[in-house]
Amino acid sequence: MLAALRPREGTLILPVLLLVSLASTAYGTEGVAGEGATAVTSAAEPGGILEVLSFYGCAILTVVCALGVCASKNIVRMAVWLFGALGAVALLYFLMAANFIGAIQLIVYVGGTLILLVFGVMLTTKSPWVRFEAKRWELIGAGVVCLALLVCLCTVLCRTAWHAAEGAMPGAAVAEIGRSLLTTYLVPFEVAGVLLMIVMVGAAHLARQEKKS
Amino acid sequence: MTQFSVPWIQKSERTNYGFPVKALGVAVFFAIVAVVGYWVAGTLLNGHPVAWLLLVIAPALTAGAAAGAAFFVKTWGMWPPVLLRVAIILLVGAFVASCFGVWAVHMLFEWVEVGAVAHAANDPAVTTWFGAPLTLAEISGAFPEMLPDFLSPLVWPLQFPIVRDVISMVTLIVFFTIVPVFAIWWERKVAGRIQSRLGPMRVGKWHGWAQSPADGIKLVLKEDLVPAEADGPLFRLAPFFAIIPSAAAYMVLPFGATYLFRDLDVSLVFILALLGVEVMAVILGGWASNNKWSIYGGMREACQMISYEIPMGMALLVPVVCVGSLNLRVIGEYQAGGWFSWLAFDNPFTFIAFVAYFVASLASCKRAPFDLPEAESELVAGFLTEYSGFRWALFFFAEYAAMFVVCGLAVILFLGGWHSPLPVAWGDKVIELLGDNLLARGVNGLLFSGPLWFVMKATFFLFVQIWIRWTLPRIRIDQVLYACVQVLLPLTMVLLLGTTLWVWASSSDSSGWAMFDQVVSWLLGLIGAVFPIGFVAIAAHGFYHRRRLVGNLVIDPLPGS
Amino acid sequence: MFPPEFDNLLYVGLQHYLVVGAVLFVSGLFTMMTKRNAIGILIGVELVLNSASLNLVAFDRYLGPGRLDGQIMALFVIVLAAAEAALAVGICINLYKNLATMDVDQAADLRG
Repeated sequence: MLAALRPREGTLILPVLLLVSLASTAYGTEGVAGEGATAVTSAAEPGGILEVLSFYGCAILTVVCALGVCASKNIVRMAVWLFGALGAVALLYFLMAANFIGAIQLIVYVGGTLILLVFGVMLTTKSPWVRFEAKRWELIGAGVVCLALLVCLCTVLCRTAWHAAEGAMPGAAVAEIGRSLLTTYLVPFEVAGVLLMIVMVGAAHLARQEKKS
Repeated sequence: MTQFSVPWIQKSERTNYGFPVKALGVAVFFAIVAVVGYWVAGTLLNGHPVAWLLLVIAPALTAGAAAGAAFFVKTWGMWPPVLLRVAIILLVGAFVASCFGVWAVHMLFEWVEVGAVAHAANDPAVTTWFGAPLTLAEISGAFPEMLPDFLSPLVWPLQFPIVRDVISMVTLIVFFTIVPVFAIWWERKVAGRIQSRLGPMRVGKWHGWAQSPADGIKLVLKEDLVPAEADGPLFRLAPFFAIIPSAAAYMVLPFGATYLFRDLDVSLVFILALLGVEVMAVILGGWASNNKWSIYGGMREACQMISYEIPMGMALLVPVVCVGSLNLRVIGEYQAGGWFSWLAFDNPFTFIAFVAYFVASLASCKRAPFDLPEAESELVAGFLTEYSGFRWALFFFAEYAAMFVVCGLAVILFLGGWHSPLPVAWGDKVIELLGDNLLARGVNGLLFSGPLWFVMKATFFLFVQIWIRWTLPRIRIDQVLYACVQVLLPLTMVLLLGTTLWVWASSSDSSGWAMFDQVVSWLLGLIGAVFPIGFVAIAAHGFYHRRRLVGNLVIDPLPGS
Repeated sequence: MFPPEFDNLLYVGLQHYLVVGAVLFVSGLFTMMTKRNAIGILIGVELVLNSASLNLVAFDRYLGPGRLDGQIMALFVIVLAAAEAALAVGICINLYKNLATMDVDQAADLRG
């Protein structure tokens, strides 16, 4: 009878919507009236309670999904956990007012790369429950190494006195990104285009039918 | 209306816990919320009556409304007809009142943000609850003629953006739920009319309007079936990957210049990103069913969706090049000058881009005539095979909600958004006539620009999508991919190039080109005007010449008669 | 609303984002080290690249007003990760065609 009180899956919608909307506006993007952030909006201050809550929510989601990728044994479930991790990272980008990068992350990574990975999984899985497991000692060794690395990294990151500027920093507008892609970063832009063409040729070559000989 | 009762179906033991237990669960949950709210009100706010109002009474009211609705549904068959008619009149009245309510609340939000902030507190020694800039006295003192004193405690919480956000989000969620309900009913009526029949007529006194809500209730009451061999958590998760992007897209869709929930400067790319996430739902739904036909159908459908995202994105970039911003609100405001300033008639490339975008969006929504994966699936199976009841309803809701979003994008990017065909500048004359008051703003909203125009235009394109579905035959999967890669993709590339060159030519200060641009724009506007005028003329002609059969049954004349 | 001692807790600094990036990196590393499925290794690579992008954007946001170098670098990282994933999935599918398994431990033809 207690199971009747367990929250149904429908309750997922509202928190996710709230999280997405909070994450996208916890910094100086405009509110309902379309004007710039006025003094009323507490979200415009640095370190407001809203931003902290959104950050911890998104960060915990990212960490949980990343650990889920490590811990799951089924390859499709790993892909779904990766989807969660990528989506949560996109939310973090929105929180840092890097709206364009967040949207590009969702389009390219989630809507492109992840779909590609999942297609790859489905074309190469004999049965959903086939698992390759690493040996016990491999897991423990890798876990120890990774934990040690994590501890080192976190210690270094938290103890370094970064020259971080205080205060709210609005992200660059999309127009500036576009302009700098065509002026300052023109060469990497063109090289990336050539590289994408090479990748297209390579993928087409890899996918061609073998000649029956 | 024939009386019918909704049978409380005997479900399997796993899913049937009985109505009293569910009601008890809801009541306990809200009781906990009320207790927590009492504690918060008592300690943080010193028991202020306003806090009581918000934190205690509001959840209690919601619980009461939920319990009342559940009771009404359970005892449907026992109500006498008179009471039912009264209830229906109240429902319709509530709907109309809620439309006005949305408008009034929006006015209130604007007033609180823009007007009352001008009177913000300048005295730092005065401490206020939650760090609010305005005290109660200031609110009631700010606009005494508009706001009676006893209402100012109700307005006080509106100065916090989180409160405004929650109210706006609830409105959006209600809208986003009503759109599929209406669209499903309308599709069945339009499909019936196209097939020389009437569509649903029984459920609800007038043209079966209650068919959709009745179907919704039926789907909720169905057994919650998960196949034993299916991947349980993924199977349950897939509908949410479908519906969350569709819902989140409404957050950035501008219904009006200020009727937006969030004004992102990359809102167009945000919506494209969300439509890309929906592909994952299809794949997961197909795979998690553990059914070969589901997997094949799901992968084919996902392949079609992602293929058509490319021409869709490129066709959407065409008006962006004309306007110079990815912000949907800015693109909408660019088209404020009446019919001929709409981006679809700006240059011939945007005109064709509108058509290309519409076709690509049909395919991306897995909608006719590109619904081969679904249709073949009607004969065999599909990614929706194992889904029944509310999970299927969620997928369906997501599809119709995404259809509305895609139509809304077409309207904002190509057809003027929330503006009417009359230029907004004429609205100033109305303000001169009537003065700058609520009446003038209401008239301007109806005539020149307002959320009603956006909804009407988007609904018209929803109708065009339904019309196309029931008129054209399906095309095969190889034809689908041919159309994408060998027709739409080069076409949209050429359109993007052409628009860029056109805009570059317009940026040069040549008066000859400016005149040429203006003439082309007028020509395209006239060609574009042929379509709605022709549509209205043909519809009027058909309506005028319809025949009446014996017994008030109206059918349209068959072709050839 | 809160007493002033809470002010330090109400600030999200650069270290917070960097720690999240570090956790992502380490999870990706663990996945690369322990999974035997070729696509599992690819998923680890994606996590590592994501952590790098997150770091880039976090530094971009916290180290000075109006900079966008980090965002552009993150953009390039995302694009290149997508390209590399495409090719890698192609290679994995060819591996499957040749060996009928996705287990990378079986791909040992060149050993000895």
